[in-house]
Amino acid sequence: MSDLESFRKETAAWLEANCPPEMRQPVVDESDICWGGKNPTFKPGQKEWMDKMAAKGWTVPDWPKEYGGGGLSRAETKILLQEMGRLKMRSPLSSFGIWMLGPALLHFGTEEQKLHFLPPIARGEVRWCQGYSEPGSGSDLASLQTSAEDKGDHYLINGQKIWTSYADKADWIFCLTRTDKSTKHKGISFMLFDMTTKGVETKPIVLISGQSAFCETFFADVEVPKTYGDGVSSVVGEVNRGWDVAKYLLGHERSMISGDGSSGATSLGSKFADQYGRDEMGRLDDPMLRAQMAEMDIDVLAFRAMAERFGDTFKANLCHPAQPNMMKYAGTEINKRRHELIMSAGGSEVLEWESDASNGGLTARGWLRTKANSIEGGTSEVMLNVVSKQILQLPNA
Amino acid sequence: MPLYLNDDQKMLQDSAADFMKGEGSVAHLREFRDKNCKDGFSHALWKQFAEMGFTGILVSEDEGGLGLGNVEAGVVLEEIGRNLTPSPFLTTAVAGVEALNAGGKALREKYFPGILSGDSVLALAIDEGAKHRPDQISMAATREGNGFKLDGKKQFVVQGGSADTLIVAARTSGSAGDEKGLTLFAVDTSANGLSRDSVRLVDSAMAAHVEFDGVVVDADAVIGEVDEGGAVLQRMLNAGRTGAAAETLGVGAGAMDITVEYIKGRKQFDTIIGTFQALQHRAAHLYSEMEIARAAVLKAQQMLDEGSSKAELMVSVAKAKSSKATSLSVKEGVQMHGGVGMTDEYDIGLYMKRDRALAEFMGDANYHTNLVAEMHGY
Ligand SMILES: Cc1cc2nc3c(=O)[nH]c(=O)nc-3n(C[C@H](O)[C@H](O)[C@H](O)COP(=O)(O)OP(=O)(O)OC[C@H]3O[C@@H](n4cnc5c(N)ncnc54)[C@H](O)[C@@H]3O)c2cc1C
Ligand SMILES: Cc1cc2nc3c(=O)[nH]c(=O)nc-3n(C[C@H](O)[C@H](O)[C@H](O)COP(=O)(O)OP(=O)(O)OC[C@H]3O[C@@H](n4cnc5c(N)ncnc54)[C@H](O)[C@@H]3O)c2cc1C
Repeated sequence: MSDLESFRKETAAWLEANCPPEMRQPVVDESDICWGGKNPTFKPGQKEWMDKMAAKGWTVPDWPKEYGGGGLSRAETKILLQEMGRLKMRSPLSSFGIWMLGPALLHFGTEEQKLHFLPPIARGEVRWCQGYSEPGSGSDLASLQTSAEDKGDHYLINGQKIWTSYADKADWIFCLTRTDKSTKHKGISFMLFDMTTKGVETKPIVLISGQSAFCETFFADVEVPKTYGDGVSSVVGEVNRGWDVAKYLLGHERSMISGDGSSGATSLGSKFADQYGRDEMGRLDDPMLRAQMAEMDIDVLAFRAMAERFGDTFKANLCHPAQPNMMKYAGTEINKRRHELIMSAGGSEVLEWESDASNGGLTARGWLRTKANSIEGGTSEVMLNVVSKQILQLPNA
Repeated sequence: MPLYLNDDQKMLQDSAADFMKGEGSVAHLREFRDKNCKDGFSHALWKQFAEMGFTGILVSEDEGGLGLGNVEAGVVLEEIGRNLTPSPFLTTAVAGVEALNAGGKALREKYFPGILSGDSVLALAIDEGAKHRPDQISMAATREGNGFKLDGKKQFVVQGGSADTLIVAARTSGSAGDEKGLTLFAVDTSANGLSRDSVRLVDSAMAAHVEFDGVVVDADAVIGEVDEGGAVLQRMLNAGRTGAAAETLGVGAGAMDITVEYIKGRKQFDTIIGTFQALQHRAAHLYSEMEIARAAVLKAQQMLDEGSSKAELMVSVAKAKSSKATSLSVKEGVQMHGGVGMTDEYDIGLYMKRDRALAEFMGDANYHTNLVAEMHGY
């Protein structure tokens, strides 16, 4: 048996023995996702699963061991994820720390920063939020105004962020600030600070789904120390060069948001045929809906192949750096279409906003939430701009 | 297996790209079209295909070929698509060879030398109506002497007029729609009672209507087992469909490239039209669809080569997705060329025509979308 084959066997056995039954059911809503943090709310089984996986470094399997990771190779990581998928297990921990800050720190952080910040992310002890967008700076993010003045031993931060996902539940923020007003891209710094610092306030924003996972975040004379003892700088990368870190991180965010274009299930049609009804030939009993479902299946399977190809070419350094922008565009557009179909298959029942039968309008709220996919992390239009300029080399106006 | 070409496959790609661009370019297609050539392709070029080793890609090494797989066949087909190279490669060296690979040694020994040397051309006689419906095959093969007698009609037999051998799917029992009862035959086109009527297609390729009027074949013309031709047919279709998807992908990629080049140069309103966001966004969307199709096609090829049980699902995904992406590519291509896109002088229209023919070959996007629903059980 090859090393990888025995790794697969051992992994499967360990997962089988250690994953609590509650964690082997599909995620139904937001509260089924485990985010960790200083004041976490756990559903049954969540904490046990997170802690067990964290002890093996498997909340972040491909990070180095010294930073709380599992030190697995890409091939081993893929096997772990495949086995978890096969056994229908939930992710033990979700966080902006894992998806975004972690990769940025691994790339740009000092050794001290990595040792200080990464292990608590891996263990689910600190929950991070992303302070990028401002009311006046969305697509044109680099026009941001939140200022950080150098006051010797600390920075003084003033300004406002918007759309900060889970700011009210997060412990720390990675925040873009302006440290030089005389230039646009080269006057931005990437800072890390505690959300409980005096002067930080958050206010939830209610979305069209009726939910509010997002906040406006206000900074009034917030003092951010330059170091957190022992040479752990609060600024990642160089002062005024935060745009490089921001862009790198957005690359990760974009490939993450693009998902596999499918939110899990392989075939929408086979799932809905039972619910919707079948004709005497066993076909979904609405030929138009059936055709649309099958087209969706094709697009999802093809998109998945593309995501797999991206992973493989990324590993081998063969992909174009703007590829994640294309995936973000394509993946989010597919996901929106998919939820339109889910609504259409559900008919009038999924229109119920508050009934028990509709689980509090779960399907409809989920549908509305997907509309943000092509806005958050950079809009589809902005992704297409990047692809046309950087990949197709179309000229500037 | 990582989802990109390995070094050997890339080398093959480089040589196929050079070869098609040099010997089988769009200019070559125009020349054969304008000469009103009855076969629609150059036999001399076909010989060169053989010299390059391309015709033996799917033939085992023992039998004088290269012993490679669908990925490698696809590499060549993509370049054929990109250059609109007229050739019988897809019918002969891909689908035809895969059918024979499912048959006995005697058949392979009979046909492979001609294919390897570029002397032989194979064509596939499957469809009986305007649309691809292999499950509805009803052409009759009745026992006669130690062999069979074939009666019926086939159409859309691409390269059928120039082929020396037809792979024919017929019924030895049962009736249209039955799972069992199909048998595949290798039939010499010189056989008595076989008549062919070649017609030029929209893309300048030639396809034949073939009539079988009591065509008698020997028992050793049977490929595989009598009544069990379904499996042979499926193997041939898998290779043919995946190959058609790869060629389609090449057509789409080629059309996209010339269109993007065109809008980088054309000026209107004192500006390069490629600076207009209305065009940029559509071009970027097209690129994204082509990349997704490319991954789907390669995945299908790899799964076939690995013998994966889910290969057929991915084959249909690849055929449908490449067809949709390429159809978008040629439509956007003509539109973005503006008026000149409607002229014969510019190449983009030729891409549109080849796409239409390939889309229909071995099942269009709707056909394969329906198959995907069926394979998913709904
Ligand atoms: C649910 C959700 C969660 C989010 N989470 C976070 C978060 O955690 N942290 C954070 O910092 N931010 C977050 N955001 C903010 C998000 O990044 C911005 O909303 C996004 O970048 C778009 O900016 P904007 O809303 O200001 O839109 P605008 O930039 O005002 O865009 C408006 C419209 O104009 C189009 N447009 C703009 N510029 C161009 C152009 N050059 N060419 C063509 N079209 C253009 C856009 O595509 C869009 O359709 C989140 C947003 C949402 C909706
Ligand atoms: C079959 C046919 C019959 C015709 N008959 C006549 C006739 O009888 N008399 C006559 O005078 N003309 C005729 N025309 C010409 C026709 O009016 C032009 O082809 C048409 O106006 C487009 O111009 P163009 O071909 O130069 O394309 P271009 O202007 O070069 O356009 C190329 C592409 O760029 C796009 N584009 C151009 N400018 C912009 C912009 N600002 N923003 C976004 N996209 C842009 C176009 O939409 C197009 O997709 C005919 C054309 C055809 C094909």
